[in-house]
Amino acid sequence: MTGRSGAGTVIVGAGHAGVQLADTLRTGGYPDRVVLLDAQDTAPYQRPPLSKEYLAPDGAPEPVPLRGERFYSDHGIELRPGARVRAIDRAARAVLLDDGTAVDYATLVLATGAEPRRPPVPGATLPGVHGPVTLADARALRAALPGARSAVVVGAGFIGLEFAAVARAHGVEVTVLEAAERPMARVLSPTMSDYFAGAHTRMGTELRMGEALASIEEDRGRAVAAVGATGRRYPADLVLMGVGVAPRVALAREAGLRVCDGVAVDTRLRTSDPSILAIGDCATFPAPWQGGEWVRLESVQNATDQARHAAGTLLGVEEPYTEPPWFWSIQGEHRLQIAGVPRAGDEHVILGDPERGRFSVLGFRGGVLGAVESVNRPADHAAARRVFRHGLSLTPERAGEPGFDLKSYAARASVPG
Amino acid sequence: MPRIIYHNGTAEPNVVEAADGTSVMRAAVANDVPGIVGECGGQAMCATCHVYVRAEHLDLLPEMSEDEEEMLECTAAPRDEKRSRLSCQIVPGPGLDPIEVDVPADQI
Ligand SMILES: Cc1cc2nc3c(=O)[nH]c(=O)nc-3n(C[C@H](O)[C@H](O)[C@H](O)COP(=O)(O)OP(=O)(O)OC[C@H]3O[C@@H](n4cnc5c(N)ncnc54)[C@H](O)[C@@H]3O)c2cc1C
Ligand code: FES
Repeated sequence: MTGRSGAGTVIVGAGHAGVQLADTLRTGGYPDRVVLLDAQDTAPYQRPPLSKEYLAPDGAPEPVPLRGERFYSDHGIELRPGARVRAIDRAARAVLLDDGTAVDYATLVLATGAEPRRPPVPGATLPGVHGPVTLADARALRAALPGARSAVVVGAGFIGLEFAAVARAHGVEVTVLEAAERPMARVLSPTMSDYFAGAHTRMGTELRMGEALASIEEDRGRAVAAVGATGRRYPADLVLMGVGVAPRVALAREAGLRVCDGVAVDTRLRTSDPSILAIGDCATFPAPWQGGEWVRLESVQNATDQARHAAGTLLGVEEPYTEPPWFWSIQGEHRLQIAGVPRAGDEHVILGDPERGRFSVLGFRGGVLGAVESVNRPADHAAARRVFRHGLSLTPERAGEPGFDLKSYAARASVPG
Repeated sequence: MPRIIYHNGTAEPNVVEAADGTSVMRAAVANDVPGIVGECGGQAMCATCHVYVRAEHLDLLPEMSEDEEEMLECTAAPRDEKRSRLSCQIVPGPGLDPIEVDVPADQI
């Protein structure tokens, strides 16, 4: 009897993390079953284009697949679209599906991602109010954009503003409502926020900062306007809810696993049950680059790097997860790249010229570089990733010296030796 | 349908007939050519679609954008000043059919 090992690895969620994990397990020679379950009925697809080129006036109608059609069967990965997991039975080591069947596991990996938050205001679920996360959402937006005259975006986060830029390219009048005082306030330095506020205003978008959503007005069963907390009414043929996402942790919580924001994992990405791992948007992990603090990230880099690492854990490599994070966002012509994670209270040094639309903001905490936000300066981003990978300790004094160049600093300091 | 020939350091190259307008990266992912990742979906943001283009094509390649030029500093495998490109930025067409590329050992 092989016992449990025949049951192999079951992965819940075939998004960026789940698919990468299945791939790396097979590349690494994992011998047992790999089952990849996803509630969605579609072949696994890339998320980032869905708020960018997929919605552009000349965007291709088909989503970008994460892998080729034959990939899963060729690699002995049992992909099951349309299989939603409704519970984990830890005692029986099985997951229970919506259709009443069960799938046994030796190892279970939660890669369930995150779901859009819907603010608890009247009208938030009316037809005409869109979520920004799934392919189905994006298809609905793609169909609605060409005929829309006006759109309201609730929330000036990455996805909301990417959508605002693309809607402007369709000639739609766009208003963005944001409760905070500046766009992307939680994730960018004030300098970078201000730059993007200016950029969107120049694209013709109206930014209403300090304006929270109070309700959505209905006419004949459809959303027709958003109403702000100030009482002001913003007519809208479509409303996009871009107020962020919440990790999908219900399965873990109901199974009694430790949850703190996301599913809590250790440096090997194991949950409080050693036969269950969690990766990607749904996982909270101790970040070595932040003194071991709990962190949860929503990015392709984090999803795929954690997937590769989890595969290592399952193949017997016992190493802590330490990958430095990076992220990108494309809003019209403005290409934002972030290495590290910006934090409130960082001390800033600016390289380049915000006036000319090419600059980087270096964020330091405790005298050490913590994040580099770059717009239209990929060389700085590339250099920053090197700096973090090699654990170099750039100081604000050094970065502030006249003529300082991040690329030459990274090149010189990271020469192997 | 341009032909793309991917050399992975194995005896047999991977030969793909790509749909018109498809980038060298997209064609590799759709056809499970190993060694090309394409994590950002083709936006010149990730540098995980790095290839070495064979010398005979170099004169006919589309010019490099500044973004591509700068992101090539991020590749996992060493950059070759002449032959390194981001394969998401190359769409084969007249003069580049077939196109032959060498896939580096590492992308991450
Ligand atoms: C529109 C959009 C644009 C983005 N743009 C960028 C960008 O530019 N750059 C960037 O770095 N990141 C971007 N992101 C974020 C990035 O896509 C996510 O961080 C990444 O997809 C996380 O991967 P994941 O596998 O953890 O989750 P996901 O990719 O969300 O996959 C989770 C999967 O789990 C499935 N699932 C959940 N619960 C169950 C269940 N009970 N049973 C079965 N299946 C289940 C879901 O159906 C889903 O397919 C964007 C996200 C979106 C939505
Ligand atoms: S696919 Fe990301 S840089 Fe080419």
